[in-house]
Amino acid sequence: MSEKPKLAMYWAASCGGCEISVLNIHEHILTVDSIFDIAFFPCIADFKVHHVENYPDGYIDVCLWNGAIRNSESEHMAHLLRQKSKVLVAYGSCAYEGCIPALSNLTSKAATFNTVYGENHSLDNPNQVVPLTSVDVAEGTLTLPEFYHTVQSLDQVVDVDYYLPGCPPEPPQIWAVLQVVVAGLLEGAPLPPKGSIVGVTNTAVCEECDRVKSEKAIERFYRPYEITPDPEVCLLDQGLVCMGLATRGGCGALCPQVNMGCRGCYGPMPGVEDQGAKMLSAIASVIGAGEPGMEDAELEEKIGAVVDTIVDPAGTFYRFSMAHSLLRRAKVNGNGKG
Amino acid sequence: MSEEKIGVYICHCGTNIAKVVDVEDVAEWAGNQPNVEVSREYKFMCSSLGQDLIEEDIKEKGLTRIVVSSCSPHMHEKTFRTACERGGLNPFMFEMANIREHDSWTTDDETAATQKAKALTNAAIERVVHHEALEQLPVEINPNTLVVGGGIAGITAALELADGGRHVYLVEREPSIGGHMAQLDKTFPTLDCSACILTPKMVDAGQHPNITLLTWSEVEKVDGFIGNFTVSIRKKARYVNEEHCTGCGICIEKCPFNVVDDIFEAGMGDRKVIYRPFPQAVPKYPVIDKENCVYFQKGKCKACEKFCPTEPNSIEFDQQDEILTVDVGNIILATGFQLFDSTKIPQYGYGRLPNVFTGIEFERMVNASGPTDGKIVLRDKKTAPKSVAIIHCVGSRDENYHKYCSKICCMYSLKFAHLVHERIPDAEVYNCYIDMRTPGKGYEEFYNRLLEEGTHFIRGKVAEVTNAARKPEEKGKLIVQVEDTLIGRQRRVPVDMVILSPAMEAQPDSKEISQLFKMGCDFDGFFTERHPKLDPVATMTDGILIAGACQGPKDVPDSVAQGAAAAARVAGLINLGTVMMEPVRASINQEDCSGCRICNNMCPYNAIVFHADRKVSEVITALCQGCGTCVAACPSGIISGAHFTNDQLFSQIEGILWDVRPEKELVSA
Ligand SMILES: Cc1cc2nc3c(=O)[nH]c(=O)nc-3n(C[C@H](O)[C@H](O)[C@H](O)COP(=O)(O)OP(=O)(O)OC[C@H]3O[C@@H](n4cnc5c(N)ncnc54)[C@H](O)[C@@H]3O)c2cc1C
Repeated sequence: MSEKPKLAMYWAASCGGCEISVLNIHEHILTVDSIFDIAFFPCIADFKVHHVENYPDGYIDVCLWNGAIRNSESEHMAHLLRQKSKVLVAYGSCAYEGCIPALSNLTSKAATFNTVYGENHSLDNPNQVVPLTSVDVAEGTLTLPEFYHTVQSLDQVVDVDYYLPGCPPEPPQIWAVLQVVVAGLLEGAPLPPKGSIVGVTNTAVCEECDRVKSEKAIERFYRPYEITPDPEVCLLDQGLVCMGLATRGGCGALCPQVNMGCRGCYGPMPGVEDQGAKMLSAIASVIGAGEPGMEDAELEEKIGAVVDTIVDPAGTFYRFSMAHSLLRRAKVNGNGKG
Repeated sequence: MSEEKIGVYICHCGTNIAKVVDVEDVAEWAGNQPNVEVSREYKFMCSSLGQDLIEEDIKEKGLTRIVVSSCSPHMHEKTFRTACERGGLNPFMFEMANIREHDSWTTDDETAATQKAKALTNAAIERVVHHEALEQLPVEINPNTLVVGGGIAGITAALELADGGRHVYLVEREPSIGGHMAQLDKTFPTLDCSACILTPKMVDAGQHPNITLLTWSEVEKVDGFIGNFTVSIRKKARYVNEEHCTGCGICIEKCPFNVVDDIFEAGMGDRKVIYRPFPQAVPKYPVIDKENCVYFQKGKCKACEKFCPTEPNSIEFDQQDEILTVDVGNIILATGFQLFDSTKIPQYGYGRLPNVFTGIEFERMVNASGPTDGKIVLRDKKTAPKSVAIIHCVGSRDENYHKYCSKICCMYSLKFAHLVHERIPDAEVYNCYIDMRTPGKGYEEFYNRLLEEGTHFIRGKVAEVTNAARKPEEKGKLIVQVEDTLIGRQRRVPVDMVILSPAMEAQPDSKEISQLFKMGCDFDGFFTERHPKLDPVATMTDGILIAGACQGPKDVPDSVAQGAAAAARVAGLINLGTVMMEPVRASINQEDCSGCRICNNMCPYNAIVFHADRKVSEVITALCQGCGTCVAACPSGIISGAHFTNDQLFSQIEGILWDVRPEKELVSA
């Protein structure tokens, strides 16, 4: 084996976009290739788990982990790669905060199975077969990982060194972070303190967005297809839910630049425990309904009507951060209904 | 963190806390919590001996944080902060847990109460570790004062301050000051003539060099905080130029149109369309009632202008409302009360049976300058009644209307009885009362006097007043159906006249007024005092005081006392020159603000400015009142509220949940 530092990248509950984002750093990928030896990277290289199992502890210098912890396999792999890696990076929103997979924390395992395998228009499953962790067949016992009730972020399962947010992280930020890591590994330059969130700024996305912001009084919310937004004016001021103000910057405000409200994928601002709650209280603060002196009941009704124009508030405000939020999951009773 | 040395003090509050909470157990338990250096329990922590404990422990044991578990911070936070200060600690290194109002007073369950006392104490212990030293901010007090409401309470407050050399803006929404007292004839219990004692004060207020009298005016907007309020006042158009008008009254005389005066005369008499509410009105300038003025409605008449003798003419049909802006340091609200609407109790017949009168109608009737020149007569304005029934508690002490006692109605009902005896000596007078409530200097004596004057007292709540006669002697009379509880019989008392004694209730706009001035009002609409016993004229908002019947039913002596008390409060503050303000303020980290502007229109004190050049928002510390609205609203979490930081709040929450084992997280099913 050469003396080059070892790089790994693994996917758990994720879409594969994070892998693509690494390749999306364009020609820099050649530099990455020249600096690192790939030790494990199921998307692009044919390594098996037993290869990893056979590495000595700490053999991998940097492991970019993407994906949330959805089942017993992802949990097992998280422990394994933690053991084998010097630096474990929660790469991308799923690993950092649970992201889209964690929205299923709003319901139960049973309800998720029911949607995926049971009552669903595109299904034909007359016997209601659902995945089991083990099945005896003539040839022996077949096993599957156990599907968990709750989706967790990586750091809820193992110790994490750095976080690189984004769905997926933006190429310039990835490259910047890789450079810092490389400088640390090869030249002994100081690495950021453990636990740092890297590849981000300390201000909200609005800082990077040139739209003109005004004092707010929102009388109704729109979904993106309902209006053609003014390209110069703050999207939220126009009634389009934009999470930019509750979201850490670093992405360059790409979405608002193309008339799409920020979805919030870079996660909460420093010191904020719950991005969704923060956004909710901000939105609640600027609803323009009612007049001074109005009776409470009438005012409540007026405010309710404005709030009702937000479709799927939980999915909107906690789209990326459910697993890592103060909420974490909805309480569900035995039958899996919320 | 582990270097902190916390002192914990559990108060018995006599038996208030110790009766239910096992204070020894809580103290012992607290002593075992991390960072706790000493933990004690004591009979009265607020006593000077209790405070000394804190002071000495700080000095001797080097305590760095203090927790007192006792009553509400409203009561004694200041006391204990000062004790910390005397011991040499920054007063904000202190946290108070309320184990009385929030705990011992809510239950008899000793186990649960003790457990909760631990939770509340622990929350304070965990929070106080995160406290930071804060310095109070001195704020200068503007020596001018705004008094809202020119009834006897407001007039008194204004005169007290003005006589003491301070400037007062006295705002009254009617054309004249005087309030309800101006409508009264005699005042209990001494029966001095209301006008005789009131008008000199009104004149004083009108002429005082230190009082800017703004009648026919209303406050529209209030900004700022104690010491520095900016108030916008709408001075409604009078259509009479106050500089030229001499108050000669010729315009009133010559105005050809009369309308019913529903306000001052309570519908009992007429007034002209250009009018003064009453002859002794202050100021003397009349107003034109635009709605009823033929010139304003039809474009013709102008009699007032024609006959106005002043040069230049004082009538100004094109006068507009004016908005005045004044800066004041304190505001006294003395907006008074309104009378319960007796038509809401249809069985008493008011509005339906002509000879049923309300108390205020009767006051106008007996008033020598009133619509009947002081004669007590039936609705026909001629016939003197031979018998009169006075019904107490109309709308008061009644589940359906107001549960409270209006406090003054027994006394004014007795006064009415006396006045009937005085004016119609052979009339029979019946007072129907539930309980006779006459506490006050000379009040019980007044009741005794009425007992001797031959008034019939019937103890019982009147069921109905009707004109449906059952017996010949009831024909043409009003029959008062009442259960006389003292003889245990239903009675039907036929009378010629019935006088209802309606409840005093809050002004109909008291809720809006409380919002305008950012202070509280209770469920009944009366303004809420800071403390019902110990701080009756202050409110929860510094710099806003209340006096008179706007705070609750009250007679003239009490209203005057409160007016003077509020003035004394303000005068004291003005003398100090500055007040120390809580350093609990919000601040925006300028570097981290992204300029999203969510907070910009959030601040009730207009303390947030947006710098368009740098695209960041900023909190002006001197204006911030620390309410926390912007802190909660900021989606980026970069507005921090001193003394209410995330660390402090989350650790407090964790502390309170110390005994709640987190449910095992449902990860795998
Ligand atoms: C029938 C009757 C008989 C009574 N007899 C007696 C008696 O014999 N002896 C006795 O001691 N007490 C008596 N009282 C009680 C007495 O009237 C009150 O105690 C007293 O009037 C209270 O004074 P005040 O200044 O608090 O309120 P008010 O007299 O109500 O004065 C409040 C003033 O504020 C003004 N105002 C209200 N809102 C605003 C606003 N938003 N802006 C500007 N101005 C505003 C009003 O126009 C009014 O002028 C009697 C009451 C009634 C109803």
